[in-house]
Amino acid sequence: MTAAAEGSPPLRMTRARRNALLQSEPVQGFALISPTFLYALILLVLPILVVIAHSFWTQHYLTIDRTFTLENYRVALTEPIYRDLLWRSLYISLTVSLFTVILAYPIAYFISFHGGRHKSLWLFLITIPFWTSYLLRVMSWKVILGYNGVLNSGLMGLGIIDEPSTALLYNSTAVIITLTHAWAAFAILPIFVSLEKVDRTLVEAATDLGDGPLRSFLRVTLPLSAPGVISAALIVMIPTVGDYVTPKLVGGKDGVMIANAIQAQFGKAANWPLGAALSVTTMLIVTLMAGATVLIIRALQRLAR
Amino acid sequence: MRARRFLSGGWLSVYAFLYVVFLYLPVIFLPIFSINTAPTPKFPLTGFTLQWYADLPHTPALLDAAWNSLKVGVSASILATVLGILAARSITRYRYPGRRTINGLIMAPLVLPEVIVAISMLLVMLQLGLSLSLFTVVLGHVLVCIPYSMTVLTSGFEGFDRSLEEASADLGESAFGTFRRVTLPMVAPAIISSLLVCFTISLDEFIIAFFLTGTEATLPIYIWGQLRFASKLPGVLALGTLLLVASFLLMTVAEILRRRAARRTQNQGGIYA
Repeated sequence: MTAAAEGSPPLRMTRARRNALLQSEPVQGFALISPTFLYALILLVLPILVVIAHSFWTQHYLTIDRTFTLENYRVALTEPIYRDLLWRSLYISLTVSLFTVILAYPIAYFISFHGGRHKSLWLFLITIPFWTSYLLRVMSWKVILGYNGVLNSGLMGLGIIDEPSTALLYNSTAVIITLTHAWAAFAILPIFVSLEKVDRTLVEAATDLGDGPLRSFLRVTLPLSAPGVISAALIVMIPTVGDYVTPKLVGGKDGVMIANAIQAQFGKAANWPLGAALSVTTMLIVTLMAGATVLIIRALQRLAR
Repeated sequence: MRARRFLSGGWLSVYAFLYVVFLYLPVIFLPIFSINTAPTPKFPLTGFTLQWYADLPHTPALLDAAWNSLKVGVSASILATVLGILAARSITRYRYPGRRTINGLIMAPLVLPEVIVAISMLLVMLQLGLSLSLFTVVLGHVLVCIPYSMTVLTSGFEGFDRSLEEASADLGESAFGTFRRVTLPMVAPAIISSLLVCFTISLDEFIIAFFLTGTEATLPIYIWGQLRFASKLPGVLALGTLLLVASFLLMTVAEILRRRAARRTQNQGGIYA
């Protein structure tokens, strides 16, 4: 303060103004978040831009030709293997998100409406397996579904089957089961949060006005929790499309997904531009699918009212 | 009448119980077969042994991987928590345009397919001429840890009574002094909770480490390599069990601390809200 007083009047004015600016909320807030923001820009936004750029280039053995081309997208969208992998990945991730949401909803409802004092204990109990290594959870399904695995040896021990079944492991069903288990906790939390926000007096009002419990659930609770259902569906759908570990460990030949093809392009096949185009295509399609899901759930929500 | 009973607690609690069983059952098999004498995981169990655990310390590659994981986990959790503190503080304390967009961007790794995050970082690092090492793994882990760190920290910072800081400033403390003597003690549990959460994530993270590491393996990468050999399975199960226990303990402590932090600032929520 004394330093500013020593300057000439105009200088004092600008300095005061600059100080005011520096101490204003927006500037301080932005300055504080800028290191984290920059980190995300450099290690997330920039890399994604680089991937998009690569998807328009061509690989020539060890060098990359930087003339613009759509050839990679043509290959990604029309070559049967990539098209099939994309479809399968979308099918698996849609099925998994449908199952996780349907299985998770009653749990979220139970904790929110009947959890009583133990709400956070329940949530903790349900999220704990999620914090254990994803790789290990997938591995445990391999142990369960394998030829010499838990399920086969158990069923044989009980005399239900005579010889181990090969139908359990190495197909897309195994991938769906494993992913549904792996993402279960992710679906519960957003639904729980939106159920917590449902005004209980509205449910009471519906009951008082003669709606049965099922009707009041369908017309009040369920539509009001739609935002949670939407985020649950998205938070499962988007990452599972690009899952790599599960198809690799339990998918076998019939359970391969697009991420495995992307990895191959950056690894053995060494065709970065094609890998980039596959990544961009996956991201675009999953965005479209996510958008469609949001619209469908919103439409259902409106219908229910 | 039946519908009422169905929607009331009775049936739902049975379902909830079955669901928890479904969540835990697969994970429980790892410890069970890690103390079984048979090298293949099948029923009936053949006998109790700690042999698979006893072999672990005699595997040099495993010890290297464990040491690497520790280095990566500690560096990533500290960096992610520092960046998380700055961002969470900015988000909870200040109002400015673009705040939501920036927050959305920082949280984005949570909902992006991990493979795509990993390969795009790989491309940039190779373009920049960075050679792949544990350092590049740390960079990647920090990016995926920040969203979790933010979630834990915002729950600790939110509802934080700003008048306490103002009082401290009015009483003549500098901005830094206020932070060190008023803010920090209030939010310390949240910070430790964030460190533990980030360490656990880094310890268990596979995809990003798989793409961004050079020749040095972390524990999940070591496990991945061992999975190819059926004969190595019991050792992997034993190691996996130890990792499960470590994750479980770290997360339990983190949750207790987070709740304490939330109680200090009289705020509910957190990872679960």
